[in-house]
Amino acid sequence: MPLHLFRTSLPVAFGYIPLGMAFGVLLQAQGYAWWWSTVMSVLIYAGSAQFLAVGLLAAGAGLVDAFLATFLLNLRHVFYGLTVIERYRLLRGWRQGYATFALTDETFSLLAGIGAHPSDDRRFVLGLSALNQSWWVLGSTLGALLGQSWHLPTKGLEFSLTALFAVLFVEQVKRRPEPWPLLVALGAAAVCLAFLPGKAFLLAAISISVVGLMLLPDKESA
Amino acid sequence: MRTDLEVLAFVAVLALATMLTRFLPFWIPARFTQNRLVNVAKRSLPAVILLLLTIYSLKDTKFTNLPWGLPEMVSLAVVLALHVWKKNALLSIAAGTGLYMVWSNGLLSGLF
Repeated sequence: MPLHLFRTSLPVAFGYIPLGMAFGVLLQAQGYAWWWSTVMSVLIYAGSAQFLAVGLLAAGAGLVDAFLATFLLNLRHVFYGLTVIERYRLLRGWRQGYATFALTDETFSLLAGIGAHPSDDRRFVLGLSALNQSWWVLGSTLGALLGQSWHLPTKGLEFSLTALFAVLFVEQVKRRPEPWPLLVALGAAAVCLAFLPGKAFLLAAISISVVGLMLLPDKESA
Repeated sequence: MRTDLEVLAFVAVLALATMLTRFLPFWIPARFTQNRLVNVAKRSLPAVILLLLTIYSLKDTKFTNLPWGLPEMVSLAVVLALHVWKKNALLSIAAGTGLYMVWSNGLLSGLF
């Protein structure tokens, strides 16, 4: 199990460590002590929201504005929870609480793309959630400690997350080869790219796709 | 500059907002999340979300000027082709990312 977890999590490490470092560099450049990066990555643990937070802090945003902006940016997570809810209900107590807290884009993608672990899915879900967060905490702490002084040739390493999403997409399509949902998603993506580029893209495109999927004729149960 | 206590309050608010979006589905009554329409959508949702995440992660690609998004598109094509051919996730991801890094760091500039 440990080796399997590590191999599964490795592409996330390649994405989270450099991205976390970029976040840490950005936050310490605003004059915050290095450990604020660690605290934020432990307590918030949401990549895009933490980058947004640096901007909100710099702009002197109020707590209500910060709450609303973060809530809307992360609202897409509702759809992730809906998709994995039966699987997460098998975890008990703090385990379910932690795994739910740590449900990022990447952890959701791995869980949704790979499917349940044959022998011990509860341990797999919990272990993967914790391992993925540890990369993020490690990266952001390193970034804040090293500041702008680091010159590692990591430019472009974040592409591993794009590659991970694409690979998991292929896995999922092989498991359920149905073209209509993908056409719905491409349509939603095209509309959202044309009319609201930027941070609203994911929430809007997923919401439109869900409505579209509900309108598609249900072939399996018909 | 805010005091440490103010920053901590700020962090707590952001943590709360993020946790709310992740815990909400578990609090929605089952009759809203278990009806037929939602179940139909849920079956196809993983592929749909993975496709949208792939597209979103490429949002900063510059298609209108040099290098016209070629590093991203070619690297992505390498990932997809390798994965369909070899069915080895780590190999596909490593090869595509390696190519992308070499390309975007200008190490291929002599060739093009």
